[in-house]
Amino acid sequence: MSTITVFAEFANGQLKKSALELLTAARASGQKIQAIALGSGAKGLVDQLAQYGVDEAYLGDNAAFDQYNPEVFSKAVGDVLAAQKPATVLAASTMLGRDLFPRIAARLKAGIASDCTELNLAGGELKVRRPMYAGKCTAGVNFKSSDTRIIVMRPNQLPTGQPEGKKSTQVHDVAAPAGDLKTLIKQVVKGASSKLDLSEANIIVSGGRGMKEPANFKMLEELADVLGATVGASRAVVDAGWVPHNMQVGQTGKTVAPTLYIAAGISGAIQHLAGMSGSKVIVAINKDANAPIFQKATYGIVGDALEVVPLMTAEFKKLLH
Amino acid sequence: MKVFVCIKQVPDTETKIKIRGDGNGIDTAGVKWVMNPYDEFAVEEAIKMRESGKATQVIAISLGPKARVNETLRTALAMGADEAIAIDAGEDLDSYTTAKALAAAIRAEGEFKMILTGKQAIDDNQSAVSQMLAEFLGVPHATVISKIEYADSQVTVEREVEGGTREVIQLTLPAVVGANKGLNAPRYASLPGIMKAKKKTIKEIAINTLDTGDGDVRTQFVGFQLPPDKPAVKMIPGDAAAATAQLAKLLREEAKVI
Ligand SMILES: Cc1cc2nc3c(=O)[nH]c(=O)nc-3n(C[C@H](O)[C@H](O)[C@H](O)COP(=O)(O)OP(=O)(O)OC[C@H]3O[C@@H](n4cnc5c(N)ncnc54)[C@H](O)[C@@H]3O)c2cc1C
Ligand SMILES: Nc1ncnc2c1ncn2[C@@H]1O[C@H](COP(=O)(O)O)[C@@H](O)[C@H]1O
Repeated sequence: MSTITVFAEFANGQLKKSALELLTAARASGQKIQAIALGSGAKGLVDQLAQYGVDEAYLGDNAAFDQYNPEVFSKAVGDVLAAQKPATVLAASTMLGRDLFPRIAARLKAGIASDCTELNLAGGELKVRRPMYAGKCTAGVNFKSSDTRIIVMRPNQLPTGQPEGKKSTQVHDVAAPAGDLKTLIKQVVKGASSKLDLSEANIIVSGGRGMKEPANFKMLEELADVLGATVGASRAVVDAGWVPHNMQVGQTGKTVAPTLYIAAGISGAIQHLAGMSGSKVIVAINKDANAPIFQKATYGIVGDALEVVPLMTAEFKKLLH
Repeated sequence: MKVFVCIKQVPDTETKIKIRGDGNGIDTAGVKWVMNPYDEFAVEEAIKMRESGKATQVIAISLGPKARVNETLRTALAMGADEAIAIDAGEDLDSYTTAKALAAAIRAEGEFKMILTGKQAIDDNQSAVSQMLAEFLGVPHATVISKIEYADSQVTVEREVEGGTREVIQLTLPAVVGANKGLNAPRYASLPGIMKAKKKTIKEIAINTLDTGDGDVRTQFVGFQLPPDKPAVKMIPGDAAAATAQLAKLLREEAKVI
């Protein structure tokens, strides 16, 4: 039987949703499952891992792993994978996963497919697809060698199953690598946002130039609060200095694929669409009935965003609370 | 000290993508090619390093079909790069082989201290070559970098991660650094720059003379598909209040997303 190794990210003692998505897919495949988790508190994940069918857990319950350092992580994770030689490695396309796994792939001489949006592990097969050319098409990936294959999956693409039963998970220690480092994290300046990052958010409320002025982004914040959403923006308003660059969605910003994307006062330029057209449901609010965003939208309202957005906030509040 | 900049040529974002007959790639006929936007930040940064005396020589390097690669390298030369190396290779090589060939060529040039790349090529979207290159050269890396400060034997860079959090990372040189938007404002090639670039020679290396080869290809992209046509948008009529009430209902009962 071949093995799938899941790199499981966690925060505050809980596996991240993206990790549960990967574990759910691995569990359904019927293959042997290993998990790797690094950071203080990793040992506390054993029960959760067991409920998702993990046979062997490689846990680095060590403060040396609390802050991502590519050199430390590629050594620690690379060593486990080099020894275990799993057929398949699954990781989430977070900032960490995207940075780490190409380096590990080079080390293991493994093939890697980044930012995948489809994964099928049924019947011992491995089928993945990923967007290419800024989302204008998708491609499948053929792995040409029989070595380890690394799949980095975009969050929010796979279902999460319920915790069930309990495997007796074997636990192994992952030690922090010793030795001089050429990579030092000198400082981590926390961002102001307590909300989920755009790339992980399940609902996104984005505003463009049609919001008229920076102060009106408050309306989007209020709508986002009601929905548990994260606020995004078009490049036009980022360039105008209304909001910081980390809020930009699109080709030169973030690529997102939430379940629900609400675009208020955004025209739908090709570079914006490149970053969000993978969203499951798209709602567009624009006063111009011919705005290109409507061609990609699921639902459209022609109207003044400054009037519609607060009404939506009130409406969703009634519905959800 | 030499600075290397890795640049890739990619279809312009406005270009319409058509799928090739065999389904395993795009039809390149009629495609307008440009320098990968993130690589422009890398080229600008390298030239600024030379201008401020932190580097002596900027060497642009690109792998791909010769004719196309040369075009991008001319752009880098016109912006101000001193030398250019073209690794002549087929279309559609994977990240692994690409990084391996770039590493071999850079190592052969010697004296590499700093290697700049883009954080991602917008054609294959892999965000992989920079990290792989660093691994093959046995040096540290940092990607998605929007600020670089130089000291003698090290650089301090800023990487933005989730939630607007910034990591300040110190790398001992040599190192590979992947540029993000915000690092600088890439210059346009000036007319004298373009004239001067025309006279420079581009060093050509055939990929099979490097320590790599097609046998190293790990992955191949196949079965390209255009996205399925979305069902037509449902425009919700009525005044703002009626439309929002209807929208909430549709999102809950039809789309089931809230
Ligand atoms: C290389 C390159 C990369 C780029 N990368 C990105 C990127 O990553 N992300 C990105 O977003 N853009 C990107 N762009 C820019 C992109 O081309 C557009 O310029 C930008 O997306 C436009 O932003 P916008 O929709 O907010 O503004 P506009 O295009 O000005 O649209 C504003 C919209 O608001 C509507 N409107 C006005 N008033 C109201 C109102 N009261 N209520 C409702 N609607 C109203 C208007 O009808 C219009 O459709 C890039 C461009 C280039 C060349
Ligand atoms: N064929 C290539 N030639 C030169 N540099 C490349 C090539 N492919 C990728 N790169 C560099 O690696 C970065 C990341 O590319 P990718 O991993 O393909 O997303 C790019 O921004 C370039 O700087």
